[in-house]
This record gives sequence, structure tokens and C-alpha cells, in this order.
Amino acid sequence: MTSQSISTTPHVDGLVGPGFPHRRSRLAGRFSRRFVLTQFAGSAFALMFVIVVNFFLFRVINPHPERTLGRGKARTAEDLEEIRRRLGLDESMWIQFGKYLKQVFTGDFGVSFQYSKPVPELIAERVWPTLLLVLPATVLSIWLGSRLGSRQAWKHGGRFDRSTSVFATVMYSMPEWWLGLLLFMVFAANPVFGVFPIGGLHSPGVEPMSVEGVADTIWHLVLPTTTLTVTYLAEYSMIMRSSMLDVMGEDYLLTGRAKGLSDRQVLHRHALPNARLPLTTLIALNLAFTVGGAITIETVFSIPGLGLLTSEAMRIPDLPLLQALFLVFSAAVVVANMVANFIYALQDPRVKV
Amino acid sequence: MTTAPAPPRRSSATALRWKLRREAWGRTWAKFRANRAGMVGLAVLLVFAVIAVFAPLLADSHELRVSAASGPILAPPSRKYPLGTDDNGRSVLTLLIFGARVPLLVGLMATVISMVIGTIVGMASGISDGWAGTVLFRFTEWFIVIPFLPLALVLATLLGGSLLSIIVVIGITGWPATALVIRAQTFSVRERPFMERARVLGAGPWHLMSKHVFPNVLPLVFANTTLTVAGSVLAETTLSFLGFGDPTAVSWGTMLNAAFGTGAVSLGAWWALLPPGICVIVVVLAFTMAGQALEDIVNPRLKEGR
Repeated sequence: MTSQSISTTPHVDGLVGPGFPHRRSRLAGRFSRRFVLTQFAGSAFALMFVIVVNFFLFRVINPHPERTLGRGKARTAEDLEEIRRRLGLDESMWIQFGKYLKQVFTGDFGVSFQYSKPVPELIAERVWPTLLLVLPATVLSIWLGSRLGSRQAWKHGGRFDRSTSVFATVMYSMPEWWLGLLLFMVFAANPVFGVFPIGGLHSPGVEPMSVEGVADTIWHLVLPTTTLTVTYLAEYSMIMRSSMLDVMGEDYLLTGRAKGLSDRQVLHRHALPNARLPLTTLIALNLAFTVGGAITIETVFSIPGLGLLTSEAMRIPDLPLLQALFLVFSAAVVVANMVANFIYALQDPRVKV
Repeated sequence: MTTAPAPPRRSSATALRWKLRREAWGRTWAKFRANRAGMVGLAVLLVFAVIAVFAPLLADSHELRVSAASGPILAPPSRKYPLGTDDNGRSVLTLLIFGARVPLLVGLMATVISMVIGTIVGMASGISDGWAGTVLFRFTEWFIVIPFLPLALVLATLLGGSLLSIIVVIGITGWPATALVIRAQTFSVRERPFMERARVLGAGPWHLMSKHVFPNVLPLVFANTTLTVAGSVLAETTLSFLGFGDPTAVSWGTMLNAAFGTGAVSLGAWWALLPPGICVIVVVLAFTMAGQALEDIVNPRLKEGR
């Protein structure tokens, strides 16, 4: 047991047992109306801002989308005018904005150029593969990352800590898609080690809803999920380690030891619950990066989700689809962020709710 | 001569200020030198900078042209081609040397944009109490939440794929973290006595920002710059991997894009995948290590825990 330098950080008076946040009631009724309202209003405001920015991105930065769209096909002035009329670009900015708002609130984003399908239908089809990829990777990386980080900190300076810290720093500097390419080359494309499929979500001829089909889908998801998990794990472990080191200097751990608790008890009851708090905030912030990971990893492993749809849409460029996708991604992150704020408030009794 | 007392300087205030600044930089450098990780990072960066600047001396730029490529296609490393050849028969080593230029240039230029926006927004939101500060802060927070890659992709699609537009895209998406750090620092500077003194003497917000807040947040800006370059280099690589950027310009990202797109990775041509990827990681790691060393020096409170 390494003896910790005792921190001089004063206790916040009136805390309800800093070591026992999980002892408090977790009923949703804990939230005051004010807290709930602030959270919802903040998210609604952020969403509205996303909607406005989305309009301006596509209309102001690029005032002549018909030129981008007509690339190759529309050459004459009449062709361009025809596209302008079809997109409603010949009307005033305010009318366009009004129509755009109506589109957003009715969910009618027009028809994808590339697929000639309504955009919402396309997005609804493609959302499941992305969730199948991102959710397990997020849960796994948080779980493994916090375990790794707390173990590093608990025996900090030891051999385990030093070697895994180097690993985490390197992973943190690695583009996740490069790791994906590496795993792809070794475990999918290689004739000897390539035991995993080279891409997609289902093998041809396998019914996705059967038992065999589920196993097949999981088989397809092993490499992409591993890639994302390893990349995100690095960051979570780094934050958990530093948060744990902060907590380890606190007086209440000394108190815990003084009253005869075992090392394990001190760790699990007093240190971990508090060290986990900053992680919640980070998870919320990280969701924005998770979306980026979905785009690159789905591209590498050809998983037919929203990420692959995005990278296809920007090559065309399929502007109606791209506009809707940006909105979906941003809205998802804003909402997830709000959920994380509620969870944080539940975990930390010091937050006034 | 040396034993004689130093003659009084004429512009003593300015001279004193410069002397203090020089000493402060000297102290920072001394601390930085003692930080091993920081020095390793700095050394690695110098090596890559030299390679990028003197690329035409290290390799023949004619070999970059696809039409002039004479080597076999996707050949493994040999004596003539130490890192093998790509799908066009070009030497991977030559591509790697010239490929250092774009990520470093884009990384540095984009960081300049991010730093200017981040510092101004951060100081402004930190110094003003009223609604302007709140609005700027909310805007920064909003920008942090918005997923970076979709935003960058949308911007890059709309602005086109030139080198300049990639710089702008990465620059205007990379500032919010800096703005938050600078805002926090501005808050702590704001409460110091010399600020009150300046305010009492009638200093306006512009004077306060430029003469009092800015010099005090500057060290933090520098530490943050180094960390931001790491992120910008990663962003450039990711955007070029996804097919953005000038297709004729050679960069590590476009090399990886080609390795993936033309099937070199599927064929197991590791020499097309490993060298550019490892270079990216090493450069990003070096910027991160140097940046963290600087951050430890200018903001010692963060030191424990690393």
C-alpha cells in the first residue's frame, strides 16, 4: 500500500456523505421543477440553434448548390434554372427559411439525389446498424476504461500503471480508422489470420432475424466494435486515472482506512463513486466524437449505417441527405448530453437539482 | 568594464518589462528542459519539421508524378524502394517525406485560426459580465457539443476541397476548447488587484483585455496551441482519408485513402498502411507530449494526476 500525500483540500461543509452518493434515493422525483425546466430549455435552445445553423450552412456558405448538384449533367443555364426552381432557390431567403422550418418540423427532408428515396425513410433504415455498432462500443469502453483507469491509479507508478499508460497515450494519438484498417488487414483480409468478414453486416443468404443470422451479425461487428472500444477506452482510462488520483488524496479515504476498512472496501465504497463523476461529463462531451468514429469506422468496414451514408452523401454531394444527417447527429448528441446531465446530477449529491 | 555598476537605463519601464519577460521565458525554458517527455516531443517535432522543409533535398519530387513513376506496382520493400511502392509504382518513402508537408502546414495554420478565435471569444466571455459574456459562453458550449466530424464534412463539402478550405474548416471547428480554457483563466485574472487598479484609473474593456488580460493568458494560449496542433493534424488526416483535400497534394491522409480505396490494404500491402499511420501517430504524440509539458509548467495545478 503506497501512502498517499494527504490533500489539504477542505471538505465542503454540509455534504451528505461524500463517500456515499449512491446511498441517496435515485427516484426521478428528486429533480426539482427548476432543474428539469433549465435542462429542457437549454437543450431546446441548442436544438433550435442547430436548426438555424443548418439552414445557413447549406444556403449561405454555398449560395449556388445547383452548380454543385448539376456537376457533369446540367450545363446549360436552363438546366441550372430548372434545378433552382425544383429546390425552391429562386424564392427569397425568408420564404426559403420558412419552408425549411416546415420541413424540419414535419420531418419532410425531400428526396435523396443518390437513392431517389425520401430522406427520413433512408435514415430510419440506416439508424439500426449505427446503434448496433456505437452503443456496445460506448458501454464497453466506459466499463473497461474506468476499470483500467482506477486500477492504474490505485497502484500508480507501478509496472502495470506505466505500461498501460503508455498504451493509452499512444491509442489516444491514433486515428481510430487507422486502427480499423490495421485490424481489417490482419484479421479480415489476411488469408491466414483473416477469420472475420471483410465488411458489411450480414453474410449473403443468411436470414438476419434467425438465430444463425444474429450470430452472423455479431460476427460482422466484432472488428469494428473492437476498434471503437479500444480507441475510446484510452481516453476514458486517462480521465478515470487522473480523477482517481485526485480522489485518493482526500481525507475521507484516510478516515475509511482508520476505521479499519479493507483496501477493497475503501476502493469500492469511497474512492470509485466519487472518481466516476468526471467520467459522466466526459461521456457527454465524447458523444460528439463517437459520431465521428461511427462515420470513419462504418466507412472502413462498409457497415450500412448512418456513418457510411454520410461519407457516401458527401461524395455526391447529396445535399438534402447531408442536411438531414447533420441535424440527426447534432440532435442525438444534444439529447444524449441532456440525459448525461441528469445522470450526473443523480450521481453527485452536491449538484443542486 | 564588468565590475562597473550598470548605467541607469533611459526607458526604464519598457526595459524592465522586457527584462522580466525574458527572464520569465528563460524560467519556462529551464523547466521545459527538465521535462523529459516534453523534450522528446520537441526533438521529434524538430526532426519532422526539418524533413518537411527540406523534403526536395531528401527525395526527388519528380517521383511524385504518377506518370513518371517507374517502379513496380505495390512492390514490397526492397533495396531500391526501402518502403516499397504504392499502387501507382511510386516510392512510399518519397511520398512519406513529401506527405509530411500538408499535415504540418494545415495543422499549424488551422491552429492559428483556432487560437485567434478561441482567445478572443474566451477573453471576451470571461471579461464581460452582461448578456454578451453569457451569449458567448453558451455559444462556445454549443460548439463543443456539436459533433466535429459531420460539421467539418458539411463545411468541407460546401467550401470545396482546396488546401485553404481544409485549413479554414479545421480552424473554425477547433476553437471551443481553447475558448473555455482562456475564459477560466480570464476569470481568475479578472479578480486580481492590478485589474481593479486599472479599472479605477479608467481603463476601458479593450485596454483591460489587451494590456492586462492578454499577457496573463498568453502562456496558457501557447500550451494550448501545441495541444490544438495535435488535434488539427488528426483532423487533417481524417478529412483526407475520407476523400477531402486536394487530390493532387500528397499527404499521409491521402496516402492512407489510396491504400484503402485501391485495395492495397485488402491485398496485405502493409508498407502502404503502416508508414503513414505511424508518422501520424508519432507527430500527434509529439505535439501532445510537448503540449502537456508546457501545460504542466504554466498551470502547475494540473500537474498531479498526470
